[in-house]
Amino acid sequence: MKNAVGREIPDEILKNGREVYQGKNYKDGKYIKKASPKSRMFVKPQESKLVATLKEACIQCGAHDGMTFSFHTELRNGDYVGAMAARVLVEELGLKNITVAATSLGAAQDVIADYIEQGRITGVQTSGVRGRIGEVISAGKLDAPAVIRSHGGRPRAVEADEVHIDIAFLAAASSDCCGNSSGVGGKNNFGSMGFGTHDAHYADHTIIVTDTLVDFPNLPSSVSAIDVDAVVVVDDIGDAGKIATKEARMTDNPRELMMAKNAAAVIAATPYFKDGFSFQTGVGGPSLAVNRFLEEHMREKNIRMSFALGGTSKAICDLMDKGFVRHILDTQDFDTGAAAHIFRTPGHHEISLSEYANAGNKGAYVNKLDYVVLAALEIDTNFNVNVITGSDGILRGAPGGHPDTAAGSKCCIIVTPLTRGRMATVCDEVVTVTTPGDCVDVLVTDYGIAVNPLRQDLIECLDKAGIEHVTIEQLRDKAYSLVGTPDKLEWEDKVVAIVEARDGTVLDVVRKIKPLDVNAEGEEVKF
Amino acid sequence: MMFMNAQRPGLIKDAYIYGSDSIILDLEDAVAENQKDAARFSLYHALKNIDYGKTEVIVRINGLDTPHWKEDIRCVVAGGADGIRIAKCESAEDVRKVEAEVLKAEREFGIEEGRTLLMAALESPKGIMNAYEILMASPRMFGCAISGGDFRKSMHVQIERDGIEMMAARGNMLMAARAAGLQCFDTMWPNIDDIEGFQAEVRQNRKMGFDGKSVVSPKQIQYVHDTFAPTPKEIAYAEKLCRSFNEQADAGVGVYTVDGKMVDIPFFEDARRVIELAKACGVYHGDL
Repeated sequence: MKNAVGREIPDEILKNGREVYQGKNYKDGKYIKKASPKSRMFVKPQESKLVATLKEACIQCGAHDGMTFSFHTELRNGDYVGAMAARVLVEELGLKNITVAATSLGAAQDVIADYIEQGRITGVQTSGVRGRIGEVISAGKLDAPAVIRSHGGRPRAVEADEVHIDIAFLAAASSDCCGNSSGVGGKNNFGSMGFGTHDAHYADHTIIVTDTLVDFPNLPSSVSAIDVDAVVVVDDIGDAGKIATKEARMTDNPRELMMAKNAAAVIAATPYFKDGFSFQTGVGGPSLAVNRFLEEHMREKNIRMSFALGGTSKAICDLMDKGFVRHILDTQDFDTGAAAHIFRTPGHHEISLSEYANAGNKGAYVNKLDYVVLAALEIDTNFNVNVITGSDGILRGAPGGHPDTAAGSKCCIIVTPLTRGRMATVCDEVVTVTTPGDCVDVLVTDYGIAVNPLRQDLIECLDKAGIEHVTIEQLRDKAYSLVGTPDKLEWEDKVVAIVEARDGTVLDVVRKIKPLDVNAEGEEVKF
Repeated sequence: MMFMNAQRPGLIKDAYIYGSDSIILDLEDAVAENQKDAARFSLYHALKNIDYGKTEVIVRINGLDTPHWKEDIRCVVAGGADGIRIAKCESAEDVRKVEAEVLKAEREFGIEEGRTLLMAALESPKGIMNAYEILMASPRMFGCAISGGDFRKSMHVQIERDGIEMMAARGNMLMAARAAGLQCFDTMWPNIDDIEGFQAEVRQNRKMGFDGKSVVSPKQIQYVHDTFAPTPKEIAYAEKLCRSFNEQADAGVGVYTVDGKMVDIPFFEDARRVIELAKACGVYHGDL
């Protein structure tokens, strides 16, 4: 069945009430039935929930064949806990048919790729997948397709019991013996624990893994002891050097600066740019640099931001310290500057992924967002964006909050270079739709700006401000004239991943890529 | 005018996106002696295949004292560049030599005769002293620029933040260009990280009467544009002059006052220039 973005969704995917994507507001006003976790009663007085080893904690929490475990990825490439949990379940306990339901998956959890290949981990549910795990999933090593959900789609699915987490393994920078835990106060601080807090509420069991045990009570805490079954102390929860950089580097690349400047100019030309506006941007080169140019416009108009949302860098904290931002609503911290800022600055708040972006709750912050500036691997002439598959069709990206913020914001701006190496970023049809085009308003590239024709109001604003823009088809033509028109990818029938829209409908599927037939010299052979 | 190494395809493939008015693709100092052929190859294909849009493409060829300049000219003309920057130009004879080779190349490659324009890079005291005759040496000439690096060496001076070391040369060259009715551009500011120094020099350039500045980084472009563009106040006054002149001319009046100051025809011509420049800079939104 074809969905609203023109993707053919196989019937076998559409089981158990699963529907195809039918537009960004299709499920508005509908109800979901929230699941409730199983919760162990702790009636007798107890001194501590400390358990000597992770294996022992898993046994206490009833780890079993066919279980689902989760972990959060706010330690990014420096995370040790996700891999640690997988090793214990697979190697020490010998469990099988395990599903991993993480907030993302990457190089830090490469061992999971081995377990997928060995058939021990058989299910993957995630908001991002990079590195070897993406490659093995793309190679069709899972029996059932992986499910890719946005940061808002994940807590929605958990609440709707589409994903039921048996054990959440939550890394904490500090914890007391009962599980009051935080992303700061230890030796490997990562700041906000907003990726993990929702799991603590909805998992049947929560195990806190920390490398810094502190006196009871560890308050304020991000995860409360009322949700914690066990606390395990390890040598290190992660590699400090990879958890967060000292400061997300502001680009000095002229091309990125130019795009950032133009994105800020677009923002300043729209009617939502007034005192009390709200804003989110990423940490990539041009996205981060938008902060710098936005400051100039805010200064010029003498206005302040009501709140900055999502992943946080020192750049936005600096803006707050200068008085330009009233609140930061923080789901994760990209650098040590932001991680140090969060709990010592009034107005800098930790929020969960559900509060951030869950379309299944009654008040996600993305719905109050005026602007979001996002990147893209590809964007097509219908403004559909791909941030999950590479040009080779392999899973190597992360929707994260991309689809949620694009859908919720009044003005979603994609900033991307027109080409990357030999690949056109603006194209006829993206490999995989991860953010539907009806949520994307403006595209800023190094070769020009295009506005989604659905947003005639924004076109008028840009015209009025004298900001030149072209059609997205013109940008596509320019891209193809520079790097050529790529051949279409060739797929097998097997679906290796389902890409869910934030409301749980099916936006797209990723199929197994057809292996190239190559001769002894490594050249492609066509039959 | 932004300099780009002609040997770097990654740079020259889309150098126009940054909004400089001209790009100078350099075959001279930026290219190692044993890479001149490779640079010409890359340049030729860029010129033939890339649409630089409204951005003027000038190529700085090697000096006339090298074995490269004639082949450079063939490559530039065949590729269809808008103009050639003659490096180390010191005399009208230098211009005429280049002009002859350009004409030969235009005929060889079937390019419209006279299409390829010329500008002189004045890099020595001799070049500065001969600026006027250089500028008048060919109808293809559209302007000149001083090259600070070589010029300072020949004058035994270092770069100074107040520009005192090149004040006389800049003044001389400007007068020659104005006398010839051609354009005049200042040298580049070499220290990209010294933004304050760069900006001070750009402001000084404008006050002296330059038409523009050479830059070596896209980061420097915006400030040059902002500084050289007429200010709203200048535009408003120029508009007033143009409108008043039209009214006074209808009434047969040649000299009159605007805002208490005496004005006549030369004021009107300058006002028209300001309006045209404002239009070119994209800062004029009136109806003249």
